[in-house]
Amino acid sequence: MKKTFVRRFATLAVAGSLLGAATTSCVGDLDRDPFNEVTSDVVYSDPANYKPILAKLYAGLALSGQTGPSGKPDLSGVDEGFSNYIRQYWSIQELPTDEAVIAWGDDGLQDYHLMNWTANNPFIRSMYNRIFYQIAACNEYIRETKDDKLSSRNITGANLENIKKYRAEARFLRALSYYHALDLFGKSPFADENDQIGAFTPRQISRADLFAYVESELKAIETELVGARQNEYARVDQAAAWMLLAKLYLNAEVYTGTPRYTDAVTYSSKVIGAGYALQTTATAKSSAYGRNFLADNNTSPEIIFPVAFDGISTKGYGGTTFIIHASVGGDMPAAAFGVDGGWGGTRTTRALFNLFPDTAADRRGRFFTKGQKLEIDNLTEFKDGLGVVKFKNVKSDGAVGKDLVFPDTDFPMFRLADAYLMYAEAVLRGGTGGTTTQALSYVNALRNRAFVGNGGDITASQLTLDFILDERGRELHWEGHRRTDLIRFKKFTTAAYIWPWKGGVKEGRSVSENLNVFPIPSTDLVANPNLTQNTGY
Amino acid sequence: MKHTYLAKLLFLLLFVCTGFTGAFAQTGAVSGRILDEKSQGVPGATVLIEGTTLGSSTNADGTYLIQNVPAGAQTLVSSFVGYNTKRQPITVTAGQTTTLGDLALAENTTLLSEAVVVGYGTQRRQDVTGSIATVSEKQFVQGQVTNPEQLIQGKVAGVQITPGGGAPGSASQIRIRGGSSLNANNDPLIVIDGVPVDNSENKGVSNPLTLVNPNDIETFTVLKDASATAIYGSRASNGVILITTKKGLSGEKLRVNFNSQASISKKTKTIDVLSTDEFRNVVNTYGTASQKALLGNSNTNWQEEIFRTATTFDNNLSLIGSVGPVPIRASVGNTVQQGILLTNKLNRNTGSISISPMLLDNHLRIDINAKGSWVDNTFADAAAIGNAARFDPTQSILSGDDTRFGGYFEWLNGDKTLNPNGTKNPIAQLNQKRDRSTAKRGIGNIQFDYKFHFLPELRANLNLGYDMLRSNGSTNVPAFAAIEFANKGANNIYSQKKDNKLLDFYLEYAKQFGESRVTVLGGYSYQDFIRDQPLDSYQASADGTVIKPAFPFKTQYTLVSFFGRLNYNFKDRYSLTATLRNDGSSRFIEGEQFGLFPAVGLAWRIKEEDFLKSSSLFSDLKLRVGYGVTGQQDIESIVGNYPFLGRYTYGENSASYQFGTAFQNTLRAEGYNQSLKWEETTTYNAGIDYGFLDNRITGTIDVYLRRSDDLLAKIAPAALTNLTNEFAYNIGSLENKGIEFSLITNAVRTSDLNLNLNFNATYNENEITDLGKSLPGFQGYAVGGIGGGVGNNIQVNSVGYPANSFYVQKQVYDANGRPIEGLYADLNGDGKSTIDDRYRYKSPAPKVTLGFGSNATYKKLDLAFTLRANLGNYVYNNINSQQAALTGISTNGFLQNLTPDFNNSNFRAYQLFSDYYIENASFLRMDNVTLGYNLRSAADSKPSIRITAAVQNIFTITKYSGLDPEISNGIDNNFYPRPRTFTVGLNLGF
Repeated sequence: MKKTFVRRFATLAVAGSLLGAATTSCVGDLDRDPFNEVTSDVVYSDPANYKPILAKLYAGLALSGQTGPSGKPDLSGVDEGFSNYIRQYWSIQELPTDEAVIAWGDDGLQDYHLMNWTANNPFIRSMYNRIFYQIAACNEYIRETKDDKLSSRNITGANLENIKKYRAEARFLRALSYYHALDLFGKSPFADENDQIGAFTPRQISRADLFAYVESELKAIETELVGARQNEYARVDQAAAWMLLAKLYLNAEVYTGTPRYTDAVTYSSKVIGAGYALQTTATAKSSAYGRNFLADNNTSPEIIFPVAFDGISTKGYGGTTFIIHASVGGDMPAAAFGVDGGWGGTRTTRALFNLFPDTAADRRGRFFTKGQKLEIDNLTEFKDGLGVVKFKNVKSDGAVGKDLVFPDTDFPMFRLADAYLMYAEAVLRGGTGGTTTQALSYVNALRNRAFVGNGGDITASQLTLDFILDERGRELHWEGHRRTDLIRFKKFTTAAYIWPWKGGVKEGRSVSENLNVFPIPSTDLVANPNLTQNTGY
Repeated sequence: MKHTYLAKLLFLLLFVCTGFTGAFAQTGAVSGRILDEKSQGVPGATVLIEGTTLGSSTNADGTYLIQNVPAGAQTLVSSFVGYNTKRQPITVTAGQTTTLGDLALAENTTLLSEAVVVGYGTQRRQDVTGSIATVSEKQFVQGQVTNPEQLIQGKVAGVQITPGGGAPGSASQIRIRGGSSLNANNDPLIVIDGVPVDNSENKGVSNPLTLVNPNDIETFTVLKDASATAIYGSRASNGVILITTKKGLSGEKLRVNFNSQASISKKTKTIDVLSTDEFRNVVNTYGTASQKALLGNSNTNWQEEIFRTATTFDNNLSLIGSVGPVPIRASVGNTVQQGILLTNKLNRNTGSISISPMLLDNHLRIDINAKGSWVDNTFADAAAIGNAARFDPTQSILSGDDTRFGGYFEWLNGDKTLNPNGTKNPIAQLNQKRDRSTAKRGIGNIQFDYKFHFLPELRANLNLGYDMLRSNGSTNVPAFAAIEFANKGANNIYSQKKDNKLLDFYLEYAKQFGESRVTVLGGYSYQDFIRDQPLDSYQASADGTVIKPAFPFKTQYTLVSFFGRLNYNFKDRYSLTATLRNDGSSRFIEGEQFGLFPAVGLAWRIKEEDFLKSSSLFSDLKLRVGYGVTGQQDIESIVGNYPFLGRYTYGENSASYQFGTAFQNTLRAEGYNQSLKWEETTTYNAGIDYGFLDNRITGTIDVYLRRSDDLLAKIAPAALTNLTNEFAYNIGSLENKGIEFSLITNAVRTSDLNLNLNFNATYNENEITDLGKSLPGFQGYAVGGIGGGVGNNIQVNSVGYPANSFYVQKQVYDANGRPIEGLYADLNGDGKSTIDDRYRYKSPAPKVTLGFGSNATYKKLDLAFTLRANLGNYVYNNINSQQAALTGISTNGFLQNLTPDFNNSNFRAYQLFSDYYIENASFLRMDNVTLGYNLRSAADSKPSIRITAAVQNIFTITKYSGLDPEISNGIDNNFYPRPRTFTVGLNLGF
């Protein structure tokens, strides 16, 4: 009896003490650390991590998440493929214009043509979310790469020099996205690296103030960035900053009411003088112009800032995957575009086609007509409207890209031809520091390349502002510039220029001027009480 | 923080140690025999000395012997499933065996006075203050039931079980009183034999509950209101389902039971589409020349081709009884179930063992439970169902060219390459995709229940549990198959490990003081969950290109809880239950980890009052009121297990970025929220338990209000304030209110005929009452992805409406009642037709759910059926919305069939957001009819034989025009049809 009692007691005591040990350690177990992820407080202690994080900022333009082509998306509440930066940017810049129509009925997409978008439009919301996601990610990186933080982590020497360059690039990418915000939405919520992630409420700044901020940022990093054409491919350099400044100044009158054409001349000249050259070598399979939009356009000497894609390593359903697949449909041979099949989405209107008086002579005007109608009776019918033959997943020698679904073709965000036309326009608009003779020679350089022989050259008297707008359409169509251009020429909403289906009617009509900027999405108006809506929405 | 808990623990231990002063009382024994109404011995009945854990179960002839009973006045409680519990005062003399003789139990269908399993222990039903429903084996749904939860479908008021479709082992959506959360998990907590099981997503397993054999289950206990669930605070906001498996009983003779069932399943109907001639006519009438050229010459009914008559064989063998004094149950089972969709199959092997020895003079009870299962799944691609409905009926299954696509017809581009947009041949899709998985799950626990020798009123209980899952699977598609043509085939493998640990410890002190009985319980619980997807997962094309994920996936979370409960009962008339639980979750930042969840319930047994005591009308009347708060922290599916922590995740190689000539892997900053805390659900409940006419009519009525505050909602924070666009924030409130009614009646009770009817009805109203700041014109948060286009949503969460309300445009109709294409009411009156004209119209959740069942026995024959109805549930007919517009017949060089709705709407373009497609999907369904015949009852030397025949899914009455109105998310697309199943069964008992 006694023995069993002792044994019981011992058992109980052991059980009790085990339990005690378990309990205390267990409350501590509530502090769990993730596996296979790095916490923010340690990721920056290793200099080797700075480049991968910078790569994510660039990838913010090209990819939709951490797994290609889809998976672990950056943004939620939207189809991952739709959430891609370039896809959204292309759509919002091209679909409301004369350059492109799309057949799909995805929620809110046709609103771009009908020009009846509201603050609840999912596509506008996705663009907005992508822009400010990108800015927030840049802010985080710029905050963590401040000089004092770097020195507190004992980062010195070559590491320090490299990281400072990365930081300047992050500031460029942030400026680019703020530029998109100011161009698309006008006023904007604002935060920079001094605002910590968490429960602060960003203030709203005016379009003019944001203009001043983007300008000051770009000027600040002008010297910190790697010299023009000196950086690794697909990373930005000083020329990218100049180009963005030139764009900012060219549109300054729209953004702030104050023209800055002289500055536009100055900065487009800097770009032009940086050593880029037009791609002028044609191949048996492609015109010289066309090579800028092919799977090997990374070799083009005129691309200043590409958003890079790759069939194996940079895969997604946005970017050039979207641009190329969506443009193929009907009787168009998918194989000729280097893809396994089209998505039957995007075509163009009669207005773009009519910019080319002679599509046989001007190599830039390549349209697919077989089975396609010039007139669009039905926006959602792919065969209404002409196909645009421009972006392809085929190399200059005719070989297809690495993958038939995900093109290798890079998206030319900035290229020299645009700088030529900006220079010419800024000069024509009264900017000083340039000459019309120089402007004419730049325009004719483009036309010379485009036309068989010298048939395309224009005279000084032909070089008018209206000609510039049309020439931008011919040279830069489907590259994401059109909406900004039409607004600068006061033709986006007004009766000065009507194209098929402008404003949602077949023959086209003028629309309210307030549509020159998009509405602030209602989700952010709700989340941020500091925001007020744009006029007219 | 830690120190206070340490102090609490020390206090507990001290409490244990100071108890070592009790004296040993002298004991005697009690023996007797339990009889049924026909004066035959009842084997397996439980006899207990009240207020103790001393007891036994009766032998095959109904006799029992209980030893070591403390001398003096005691009450013997005899109970058996299906009978009224009897309490008999006895006097036990030390050193002697008190013989009580025969004791007859009266049959009772209501189980009113049975011991009810509650969290951490049992209670007499009469003392229960919360809303608790019990369903035992006798009332289970019969026929071929593969998933345990289907056993109680339609049986419990307030519990809605919606199977995901007709695939074997498909997951059901279980909702108790609607969903209390918006974006966090709305599934109830499921506890099997004291082990809360992980019901979260498993790779290779559609429904984790499939890994439990329904034949091993004895009872389901559903805890509905907070006064009942609060003891499980941290995971109890959506109710708790306690599953108790069958156990052997001490002293019971060993019995063997063999149960065998064979079933065949057939589809009941297919999606209505145009016939071949009708379709050809539509293409020839409306199509372009190139579309007409695509027409074939065949006549294929694709839906007939993808379905089959499926068979199921289900065999179970169990051994139950006691070996010496040790109760034991062991079982093995095998289920081989074919799905009606080609290739679909499930093969499940299960084994379970439970041993419950009593040691140390019956002071220490050890319960050992181990359940293991091994399931081999062959999944079929459900997308083939939609593709079969869409596929051009003028094409033949085979192309005649065996060199391409395995000989199957597929849509080609003009240049004869595969058209990647074309609807894929559904037969090929099923036959060319081999999608298999193997899942092994082991759930085990060992529970020590020690009643202190020196202080028998004090009981210590330690429960150690383990729930582990190992699964792996592979998907193989040959390179020539159209479904993976662009990827040159597929050769994917994956695996997953889950290891979930549980430790529960509590002390319970129970004592009668005069007319008061007090039970105090204090305990501690630790749960840890690890999910690991190792690096061996990879994707490889059939051509050998291997893509390994760069980084394995592993995640973990931990819950730690301290809980206490006080039960106070006065005069068997007034009961009070008070619960307090302090829960910590690793999903929140230090400082917000712990939440405090109180609950209190009161019950008044009015029947015991003098004015009702002698009533012959009322046999029971009890009033219950309860209030409680429970917590919610299960947000893994929306933001993972570390939502408060700033983290950087690695990008895969396929998502790297070109720098120079190399591709740079990326590191992404993740969104986080340091202010996340517990979502709290407050429940108010009032109920009446009633019994009339000697409990021949019994039931309950409950009214409840559940309000969840600080909802863990996935919302958009202000732009620039987080590193993503949507994240979990504690914002807003949601309410569920409703009434539940249940009635069980023993309508006819004669010696030959016994008829029991049960009926339950639930009315539930769900409303989002707050979502933070709002503005005019703000729609809310879009949810409910649909087929048709990409990324389109048809539902919305907005204030003042039920969660997941449909958000649609109001269709305008012509004089003939036909919808006018593209014409919608200008609801906001701005003179323009825009997205802002949408309105919230109905929701998928039923307002009313009804269940009606019957069990009748006539001599050796018995008949049972279950009818269920949902009223006020709406479904978006996504089949019609994507398949009844002319543009659907041909978009990118291939043809697709239409549904006959096209003849009514005549839509040319898709009108995905028209309310025309929202249909009332109220229904009445006859789930099940089972006929049984007891060929021979158990006799000493001969086995009992019972044969059964059952039909499931007999009919559905509904106005819904689609295939099946019962769709949990309210979006009808690619739905795997529920088959009609015919089952015959044989049960042998030895």
